[in-house]
Amino acid sequence: MTLEATVAAVLFLGVLLYAVLGGADFGSGLWDLTAGDARRGGKVRALIDHSIGPVWEANHVWLIYVLVFLWTAFPRPFAAIMTTLFVPLAFAALGIVLRGAGFAFRKFAETVAEARLYGAFFAASSVVTPFFLGAVAGAVASGRVPADGSGDVWTSWTGPTSLIGGTLAVLTCAFLAATFLAAEAERAGDPELAESMARRAFVSGVVTGAVALVAVLVLETDAETLASGLHGRAAVLVIGSAVAGLRALWLLRAPAGTHGRGSGPCSPWPPSSSAGAWPSTRGCWSTRCASSTEPGLAPPSWLYWWCSRWRR
Amino acid sequence: MPARQQMAFSLGWHIILACFGVAFPAMIWLVHRRGVRHDDPVALGLAKRWSKVAAVLFAIGAVSGTILSFEMGMLWPGLMGPYGDVIGLPFALEGIAFFIEAIFIGIYLYGWGRLPPRVHYRLLVPIALAGLVGTFCILAVNAWMNDPAGFEVVDGEVTNVDPWRAMFNDAVAAQFLHMWVAAFMLVGFAVAGVYAVGMLRGRNDRHHRLGFLVPFAFASVAAVAQPFIGHLLGQQVADRQPAKLAAFELATETETRAPLRIGGLLIDGEVRGEVEMPLLGSFLATNSFDGEVPGLDSVPEEDRPPVNVTRLAFQTMVGIGTVAALFVTVFWLARWRGHDLLRSRGFLRLTAASGVLAGVAVEAGWIATEVGRQPWVVNGILRTRDAASDSHGLWFTFIAILIVYAGLTVAAVVVLRSMARRWREGEDLDLPTPYGPGSAPPVIDRRSTATKGHREPVG
Repeated sequence: MTLEATVAAVLFLGVLLYAVLGGADFGSGLWDLTAGDARRGGKVRALIDHSIGPVWEANHVWLIYVLVFLWTAFPRPFAAIMTTLFVPLAFAALGIVLRGAGFAFRKFAETVAEARLYGAFFAASSVVTPFFLGAVAGAVASGRVPADGSGDVWTSWTGPTSLIGGTLAVLTCAFLAATFLAAEAERAGDPELAESMARRAFVSGVVTGAVALVAVLVLETDAETLASGLHGRAAVLVIGSAVAGLRALWLLRAPAGTHGRGSGPCSPWPPSSSAGAWPSTRGCWSTRCASSTEPGLAPPSWLYWWCSRWRR
Repeated sequence: MPARQQMAFSLGWHIILACFGVAFPAMIWLVHRRGVRHDDPVALGLAKRWSKVAAVLFAIGAVSGTILSFEMGMLWPGLMGPYGDVIGLPFALEGIAFFIEAIFIGIYLYGWGRLPPRVHYRLLVPIALAGLVGTFCILAVNAWMNDPAGFEVVDGEVTNVDPWRAMFNDAVAAQFLHMWVAAFMLVGFAVAGVYAVGMLRGRNDRHHRLGFLVPFAFASVAAVAQPFIGHLLGQQVADRQPAKLAAFELATETETRAPLRIGGLLIDGEVRGEVEMPLLGSFLATNSFDGEVPGLDSVPEEDRPPVNVTRLAFQTMVGIGTVAALFVTVFWLARWRGHDLLRSRGFLRLTAASGVLAGVAVEAGWIATEVGRQPWVVNGILRTRDAASDSHGLWFTFIAILIVYAGLTVAAVVVLRSMARRWREGEDLDLPTPYGPGSAPPVIDRRSTATKGHREPVG
């Protein structure tokens, strides 16, 4: 394996960690947004506060790690991406600021009205950021970022791959978050809330799977290099991802109390299954890079990234 | 150029919060330790409240820092493209330092009432150390910009990259020390100022006295050390960046036996309005009355920085810093002689202002060094205008950042003041924190549909 591929692997590890750990945080925002009014949604929001409270700050670091690694290891592609994809990155950055501040301020809000205001910023921006980051990934994967950074700042990220990438990112985060929150609710001793979150996880999982299937079709026409890689060496991982997803849905379907739900505080159910495609992600890029001979400039390197993001 | 203004604004906003992240943990450690080891409920109470304030500031500090990583790429592709790999190492290490801070802050905030007290307060040590390392790493990048090292430019290509040499360049030690000490000045005066205001409003209890003295002590040590560190740094600037020093000192011509100029501006190529103190200019810059102080004429005109902005900023910083050093000296001397200046309303008012002034000094110092480095972003190698993005979207993002950060500032002030007010009203009301558990167990009572994290509507 070449040095570039090794470095790219370490970089993708960061992307993975951000996607899984940060993704659960972002997805929580979506559920926070759709939890209902202050009265009905109270329990869900308290669960979210309690679950992501200790870790959301630390999860920022994966994004910083990815950015720093990217500009250290591949500075020219980094500059090209930052220039061409200025718009979605700006929106993603805006989302990150508002999300963090909104979450922190809401905790200290004195009245429900204040809490609602800050909470709205937190939740809305939690949806915005993954969408735009997914659009960025899609833009790179579909080869719309020229190596000299001269791509069109609007059309480079509004192509089909980007739009489906952004949508898939939001849905995947929601699915991941719902499964974690369901486990957290069960651990907090509220089976009713756990049930409700599990239902949300199931629905979002089904929708994510459906969109992922659509994405395959989109990639065929819009991102040929990636699509051919997915047919070839990465097919194993595509299948592995589908299997993991189906297993997660099956476990989510089981009614409360059966052993499929797991028992005790360390239940190994859906979270491990939906995150169980980690090994297949690592495999994804390694097979892709084994089949690639290019020295690692923008388009092929970033296909690896896109590949790992997709196969959830 | 909007790239420059946006970067300057985001950095200027972030640096205040970063100072809290760096210096506040040490102060909290002191009061928390006192609270535990001497069984002092007032000290313990201060630690609890300060940790919650720190949590809010840490949250918005972290997001504004994340934005800066985006901005490095979005605003400066001409810098990051060629040199991203040269300066990547300190940023990576800073990321690790930040991660450690975030983890330990989470554990620390969760630890109230859960961890053994003697373990609990020691968690602040890794937080403070991580802050120190983070400061070093960021200043390493800035020092590199002032004194580039660790690479060669051969036929227009950046080669022979040595990231360790780039990070541990000649300029970093003094720059790091100067900033790290500045953080303690800012936070020390700001926090002491809060309790000074409380005392001005008649709240004169042990809580306020201790809350004043601990940060003020930190600020005092920092304020007295800082002029010496700054002086050392200034002498290095004389060697490294003569144009910057020339702008600092308003020296139009290189001269020996140069005077020290106080005040004054460069108008139509001539220095006007200054007060001169003979020979001191040379002495301060070179430790010798016969030493040569570089003038603006030592570099061609297109390589000179904007003089008046640099000069004003520099003198503002030095002025405030000098007054601060004297101010703290007076307080401790008086105390040693038995006079308690905390009884003086005038003194309390000055302390209340000192926090703001310390902030002004920090910003002025950064303006002096950054504007003084112009037209270079990498001294002598890359000009700012060549590094900046020429995207048409820059004005939009700049305006968006201005609006968003203005909103964040207002919200932060509102939230912190409301916390303070609720503490005053509710005595030891245990407020939830962004990373800590709420005041009650989450979601146990199924009959209650109101969330524990939110209050019922007021009134």
